[in-house]
Amino acid sequence: MTPNADIEAVFRAEYGRAVAVLVRFLGGIDLAEEAVQDAFATALRTWPESGVPPSPAGWIITTARNRAIDRLRRESSREARHAEAAHLYAQDEPAEEGPVRDDRLRLIFTCCHPALATQAQVALTLRLLGGLTTPQIARAFLVPEPTMAQRLVRAKAKIRDARIPYRIPRDADLPDRVRGVLAVVYLIFNEGYGGRADLCAEALRLGRLLAELMPDEPEALGLLALMLLIEARRPARTTPDGELVLLSDQDRSQWDRALIAEGQSLVRACLRRNRPGPYQIQAAINAVHSDAPTPAATDWGQILQLYDQLAALTPSPVVALNRAVAVAEVDGPKPALALVDALDLDGYHAFHAVRADLLRRLGRHTEAVRAYDAAIALTENAAERTYLERSRAALVRT
Amino acid sequence: MKHYLLSVMQPVGEPPAPEVLKEIMHNLDVLHAELREAGAWVFAGGLHGPETATVLRAQDGDVLITDGPYTESKEHLGGICLIKAPDLDAALEWGRKATIATTLPIEVRPFMGEAED
Repeated sequence: MTPNADIEAVFRAEYGRAVAVLVRFLGGIDLAEEAVQDAFATALRTWPESGVPPSPAGWIITTARNRAIDRLRRESSREARHAEAAHLYAQDEPAEEGPVRDDRLRLIFTCCHPALATQAQVALTLRLLGGLTTPQIARAFLVPEPTMAQRLVRAKAKIRDARIPYRIPRDADLPDRVRGVLAVVYLIFNEGYGGRADLCAEALRLGRLLAELMPDEPEALGLLALMLLIEARRPARTTPDGELVLLSDQDRSQWDRALIAEGQSLVRACLRRNRPGPYQIQAAINAVHSDAPTPAATDWGQILQLYDQLAALTPSPVVALNRAVAVAEVDGPKPALALVDALDLDGYHAFHAVRADLLRRLGRHTEAVRAYDAAIALTENAAERTYLERSRAALVRT
Repeated sequence: MKHYLLSVMQPVGEPPAPEVLKEIMHNLDVLHAELREAGAWVFAGGLHGPETATVLRAQDGDVLITDGPYTESKEHLGGICLIKAPDLDAALEWGRKATIATTLPIEVRPFMGEAED
């Protein structure tokens, strides 16, 4: 590897950790980000000549810390005295490993504080823990760069001005806050599901971090399992031309067996705890799909039971829609259509896509074409639209 | 420590029935006592309705006085509570108690600068 590739790898793996440590040390998010970016800029200059240091992450954190102290001394502000005090305090601390992990978790909880808007939570998490640049985040959310920049500035200013604490909430608040944190990570994953593999990778990295940091929280393990099992199917999910391939039509030999094995063992670990939550149940549903060597071998009875459990735990029209898909496999398209038609989801493309498929299977082709039209009109994802258009065309020909 | 303003957002219209109001006032007394006990108390008070408001405007070197609130809205500031808290989570905890006590939405905002401890 060239030093530049090394630096890139260290950046991806350690940026969030370095920012998290520096936020605690300096007490300010902007200062911490600048210091860490300074340190990486220095690495780009010096590593090609001096070689990569034995502990790259430690080098980055130490350099960032020293740079920040130098700068603050020069500016001789109130922050400088704060940083110097923190520095003296920090010298008594043992080596990085233990508290460092904690720092990242604190930063995730700060980014996902309920006093911040959900979109700001996602953006801040990607920025501070994932090291994504503002233009990258803006592209991911399809908003103009200045809009995203302003959103990030406002969120960081609120953390500073309202003094949102940099800590893991008390035990009593934890269940609520964990829900928010997990939701943000899953939103990042879903944002990437439509094609941004890098966002999925980022969500997986954060998911692994959370599962490692909160081993007693089954929903954290459940979310990681869910993301691993979905990610495992990525290679089979689209054709080389980028068209969507439905689960039942996917080439199962293309599924990533290592990710499936990891996801399934997490699902089994969750089941043993017997504290089911929505992520664990969705992971279990995906584990059943992953178990089937062929689509015909899918245990739809078990999937339907899991959807019953999910619907009881988190009743919503979208869950009911997905449950109806399982009903169609177990009891046939007719009872499934009756369930779908009772749902109020007219603005949701998947509702029309599921209806179209059920109507097609019942031979009601004219109605099916109309449902495909409605689904196509509401679909924003190009791969999905191509798939729907092709299904509609096949129906018109017959 | 920091100062936070807890604003009680009150809907326009008739006040609640006397027995309901009595319970709310009792709950507020309990909350204020708890704030004092915790050393978080600075000041609290209820406001008369927006119809009692008068607005002053500096205009062309003169001051214009008009009857009524600054803006007409469905909610208005019904009362305030000024507290001292170490951070937003602590302020939100008091806000949580205040919204339960008053049954009304509470807006929590930080003051600029630090509070004297």
